[in-house]
Amino acid sequence: MGSRIGRRALLGVYTALVLIPLLVMFAGSFKTTSDLFSNPFSLPEEWQFGNYGEVLGSADMGTAFTNSALVTACSVTLTLLLASLAAYGLARIPGWPGWVLYGFLVLGMSVPAQANMIPQFVLFDVLGLTDSLAGLVLINIVSTLPVAVFILAGFMRTLPREIYEAAALDGVGPWRTYRSIALPLSLPSLAATAIFLLVIHWNELLYPLLFINDPDKRTLPLALLNFQGEFLTNYPLLFTGVVVASLPLVVGYIFLQRFFIAGMTAGSVKE
Amino acid sequence: MSAPSTVRTGPAPTPARGTSAGRPRKHRGWRQRFGHPAFYLFPLPALVVYVIFFAVPTVQAFQYAVTDWDGYSAGYRSVGLDNFEQLARGDDLFVNAMTNSLKFMLVVVVFQTLFSLVLASMLLRNSRSSTLLRAVFFLPTILSSVSVAFVWKFIYDPNFGLANSALKSVGLDSLTSSFLGDEGKAIYFLAITQVWFHTGQMMVIFIAGLQQIPRELYEAAAIDGVGRWQRFRHVTWPMIAPATGIVIAYTTIQSFKAFDLVLGLGGNPPQGSLDILSTRIYTSFADSRFGYAAAESIVFMAVIALVTLIQRRTVKLTQSGA
Repeated sequence: MGSRIGRRALLGVYTALVLIPLLVMFAGSFKTTSDLFSNPFSLPEEWQFGNYGEVLGSADMGTAFTNSALVTACSVTLTLLLASLAAYGLARIPGWPGWVLYGFLVLGMSVPAQANMIPQFVLFDVLGLTDSLAGLVLINIVSTLPVAVFILAGFMRTLPREIYEAAALDGVGPWRTYRSIALPLSLPSLAATAIFLLVIHWNELLYPLLFINDPDKRTLPLALLNFQGEFLTNYPLLFTGVVVASLPLVVGYIFLQRFFIAGMTAGSVKE
Repeated sequence: MSAPSTVRTGPAPTPARGTSAGRPRKHRGWRQRFGHPAFYLFPLPALVVYVIFFAVPTVQAFQYAVTDWDGYSAGYRSVGLDNFEQLARGDDLFVNAMTNSLKFMLVVVVFQTLFSLVLASMLLRNSRSSTLLRAVFFLPTILSSVSVAFVWKFIYDPNFGLANSALKSVGLDSLTSSFLGDEGKAIYFLAITQVWFHTGQMMVIFIAGLQQIPRELYEAAAIDGVGRWQRFRHVTWPMIAPATGIVIAYTTIQSFKAFDLVLGLGGNPPQGSLDILSTRIYTSFADSRFGYAAAESIVFMAVIALVTLIQRRTVKLTQSGA
């Protein structure tokens, strides 16, 4: 019995630890600075919707939001396309050549971003891909390709060979087998990978920080970071920025949490 | 045996006959072994992108590391291993960053693994309340590091922060602190933030691992009258060893990525007390010391490789020793 109370208490404490900072932040985005500092835990004395006006009205955040949406959508789609093609091919190439190619591609997972960012920066600079959203999309693809291949190939290997053999017997070529058999059957893992990529690309900071100087090309995390410089201790405004930047994912999470959880842990455990 | 040779037309008469029917025998053998040539076209786009923008730059990092290139000048000199020598000889900033990185990683790995395992074992059953709590605990994971950093910047704010006002309100004034301003402890406060950020994600991995343990094992243990600790030690622990390995590996890699968090928390408080390897490399890079930064990044890669290797060994040992 004692252990049950202990269990409840522990879960209660952890729930509070997770939720209180988030609730304080959310409430804080509707407060004045002095209200936030003197009553951090209470509801706003007076609801300051003006914070949102200021954040959304500032040219930076609006542009950043659009840029983030565009870059994320393109990055997720293209990474998924390249990775699913690769995963399909690798699952069907028999013997060591398949494993060698797979190993080579997946090795990239263990290289930290800071390790090759300098030559990458130089290369992108030479190609005129810095200060461009297309460049961001490209580097996003490159950075997540290994893990996406890892997850998708892991899944496509588990598809029964007989399906492919039956398709081959019916005279269906490799390309159509990919499109009409492998892809539809991999839908669960494609969805999981898509959400995984969505969270990563939406929140990506390092590459925008390296590649983007032009304020018009900033994405949300970068704009937020810049925000911090401008409003050093204006926490209500910082919080408003955070809420605006996080809202799409959080709303998606509330409705699709099962898929988010599956996505963010994809490849780590067998389902 | 006088088995008719006609039976042995192919090495293994199973797969993909339809596509290669009627082709010369030699060709079919190739396809049996290496598959349809078209399969190689599928990974091609990914491989091209990966080689040009990932593999080659990774190799180039090694080339830059032996130069004094500043990133802008047309020319640069090869300086051999000078950069590495300087790092080893005691670049105080680098040594500090290295120490911080290792402290940070160790604390995060220990506590994040422990907390996520405890939470997972509490939320194992599929009741409505545990499903809800799992979702709540996982929530921080989907936020951006910058967002998380801003929230924690406010918690740690020495003057107006949540942590100090909470401590004061319950009469623990003696525990109030300047947190990130405290040179000696700042890195541990960063670790707390990181644990808050990712424990939920690791918990979910543990839940999946725990759910795969067959119930019969526990029933058998119960019949044998085994105590709680023994049951954990001899049934649960060995069964979740793979999940533990994954959690520890993930946690380590994530802890080296804490870069964004440091930047969001306001860069670098006194004496580089939050400086870790990734931020140090970035600073050298931003200071236009490309060659030096590349050398630092090589050491960084080596450290990660070494840590991963040690972890694999340890996990394997505990697995077999259990």
